[in-house]
Amino acid sequence: MGADFVMLSLAPLLIGICAALACALPGNFLILRRQALLGDAISHVVLPGIVLGFLLTGSASTWPMLLGAAGASVLAVALIEALRRAGVENGVAMGVVFTTLFAAGVLLLEQTDTSSVHLDVEHALYGNLESLIWIDATGWGSLLDWQALQGLPPELPRMVGALLVLTVLTWVFWRPLALSSFDEGFARALGLPVAAIGLGVSLSAALAAVAAFDAVGAIIPIAMFICPPATARLITDRLGAQIAWSLVFALASAVSGFVLATYLPLWLGHDSAVSAAGMIATVSGLLLGAAALLTPFRRNMA
Amino acid sequence: MLDALTLQLGYNATLVALGATALGLAAGTVGAFLTLRKRALVSDAISHATLPGLALAFLVMVSLGGDGRFLPGLMLGSALSAAAGLWVMGWLTRRTRLTEDTAIGAILSVFFGAGIVLLTVIQTLSTGQQAGLEDFLLGATAGMLRSEALTIAAGGALVLAATLALRRPLLIAAFDPGYARVTGIDTDRLDRALMLLVLAVTVTGLKIVGLILIVALLIIPSAAARFWSESAARVVAISGGIGALSGYVGAALSATAPDLPTGPLIVLTASALFTLSLFAAPARGLLWRRA
Amino acid sequence: MSPFDVARQIHSPLSVQDLTVAYRGAPVLDGIHMTIAPGQMTAIIGPNGAGKSTLLKTCLGLVSARSGLVRFWGDPLPRQRARIAYVPQRASVDWEFPARALDVVMMGLYRDLGLLGRVKAQHLDRAQACLARVGMEDYATRQIGQLSGGQQQRVFLARALAQEADLYLLDEPLAGVDAATEAAIIAVLQGLRDAGKTVVAVHHDLSTVEAYFDRVFLLNRHAMAEGPVATTFTRATLARTYGGTLPGH
Repeated sequence: MGADFVMLSLAPLLIGICAALACALPGNFLILRRQALLGDAISHVVLPGIVLGFLLTGSASTWPMLLGAAGASVLAVALIEALRRAGVENGVAMGVVFTTLFAAGVLLLEQTDTSSVHLDVEHALYGNLESLIWIDATGWGSLLDWQALQGLPPELPRMVGALLVLTVLTWVFWRPLALSSFDEGFARALGLPVAAIGLGVSLSAALAAVAAFDAVGAIIPIAMFICPPATARLITDRLGAQIAWSLVFALASAVSGFVLATYLPLWLGHDSAVSAAGMIATVSGLLLGAAALLTPFRRNMA
Repeated sequence: MLDALTLQLGYNATLVALGATALGLAAGTVGAFLTLRKRALVSDAISHATLPGLALAFLVMVSLGGDGRFLPGLMLGSALSAAAGLWVMGWLTRRTRLTEDTAIGAILSVFFGAGIVLLTVIQTLSTGQQAGLEDFLLGATAGMLRSEALTIAAGGALVLAATLALRRPLLIAAFDPGYARVTGIDTDRLDRALMLLVLAVTVTGLKIVGLILIVALLIIPSAAARFWSESAARVVAISGGIGALSGYVGAALSATAPDLPTGPLIVLTASALFTLSLFAAPARGLLWRRA
Repeated sequence: MSPFDVARQIHSPLSVQDLTVAYRGAPVLDGIHMTIAPGQMTAIIGPNGAGKSTLLKTCLGLVSARSGLVRFWGDPLPRQRARIAYVPQRASVDWEFPARALDVVMMGLYRDLGLLGRVKAQHLDRAQACLARVGMEDYATRQIGQLSGGQQQRVFLARALAQEADLYLLDEPLAGVDAATEAAIIAVLQGLRDAGKTVVAVHHDLSTVEAYFDRVFLLNRHAMAEGPVATTFTRATLARTYGGTLPGH
């Protein structure tokens, strides 16, 4: 664990961890509010947003594309809600909106010359975590070297920032979130703005998905919105404990998934790594499966 | 473009359009029962769960010295892994307190992630034929073999026939499961049969529409059809029609521009028909509703 | 409105004037007038589909009215919200939600705690005391779904008690509960009444109205009758409300 690790693995590992934590946090409320698949829908919709941001500004810089992605996820949330009001069932509304926008994104992408940016459908789906290396690092000492720190992949501070924002939001709005997720009628009778809270949850998920997207693609967010919170859901009856455990499982998935993807093929005698994003999702699923197997069968009667 | 829509593009493109039409017809019909049963997004889990089986089938066929891209082999592998995904999903909702939407999300992300890992494994192997499995993500008809198009058309026809044979119990169970049980319909078995039909459509459509967007062909036509009629039987028929039209137009358009993936074109055709229905359909369209 | 009516309205914890609610064009409630007497226990009764739950929900702003006026102590809802506690019908929550009985009761303290207020020992004591008042002190750490229907209902009542309100609105608090729970809930509600609070409950069991309540409000889309149980809960008003098909009375 020396200079090589710091240069090649430290930054992708940290980005993977932050992305996993940032998505698991709002994921807890998505599954409690029966909105588990909204995270899936939003993650698909990020693609057309990124492509549109690129087309409109003609620039391959990050911010227009992130803004496009954020715009597209807000649009998707609004369209799903509008279809629901027009009498379309929730799951159907999500299915219609995210497949349509994703298809439009793919088509736009194929029609556009995006060779100047590393933007293609595969990249959009499973990112390229492994490529986010810290080229300026020479060893652990570089962590104290301002010059070298400037060379960190910009995805890292962005992901840390998103995680911080989501942590603060969850902490500040903890009580209204818990209250309105449990008993919406009671929350409204207390005068809480439940529609705004619901929108806030959707937008938090969008923030996590968009921030994670350009670093790790869509598959890590989709898995992290659901698997770690679902695993935690099986082992505790307290909301606070559920969220804490979901973060533990997200961390465990990110670390062991990354390590397995990077080093397992080497140990098995192959010379190249496999997809870290795919492996992180796989590990989170194995954790969920283990929890489902090991926790005693229990379903409430009500 | 007019050439494409009137099938002046030659024998192969005509075959592909025929396959896509049959697929759309079958998907629209099965999808209508799926949405009436309020389980539309189960298809999303099924379709994503095909990827590991697709990759494993490729690996097995290559290691046996065969052609890794032999379509019936790939379809069989996808079907097996989608069935495994479906089984795990049912097990999760039966055994734990997780709701169905959570189980769907878990299955689709984890199976898809595992499939991606296997795809990167395939990329590192030096078989000389690794290129192309990515086509199954978004669908591609360019260079499709005649036998492949016929396989797809036949698959669509089979699914359609099986669905129509089951249409009566499916309708009764979708409307009122309790009543269906009283009349002696085994709703659990019927649900399993419906899931198998969805699985069959998904596997059939992988090559043309791709596994990420096949769910659209199951959901969008039936969502559009719902605006045209209050009668379930008509919704099913209209849904099949919209699916067939989407498949046909999408495949024909894609024949004019071989670079464009076929899946998105088919899906966007279906979306356009959905938008039209949402506003203009006489039964429930927004333009006809009282404010 | 005469000066006398204005005085009555300001005095009344909950008054409703000419309230009309429609669902898909069809009126569910039509021109309702209601004045709840302070310090009394009032039952809202009427046949299925009469609009009883809708009336409560409309008063609380959960359902929007087509027209009419709802006043709490003469004020609109937002001004007096802190003085109102509401116990919704049981069926509406996710019983698998990760919350223990005590966590549910703590939700009743939201108005005191706010977004970031620290939970102090006094808050926990208050929540525990509310659980004790409904006889559920031994179940504080049970997950809400592991309780029986009657026990769940008592926890929801404890949550309302924790709000320390002056007006309690309950939607079918006795529906589907066992006899012990029914007695416990009624004892708590009568205790509130004796302490000067006002209690309004949607109620469906005509055989217990006289034993439990002071006043009745009979409803069947229109307000059919209102007044003390002794003079208002009569065969004639019931026949008018239920349209002659009186269920077992």
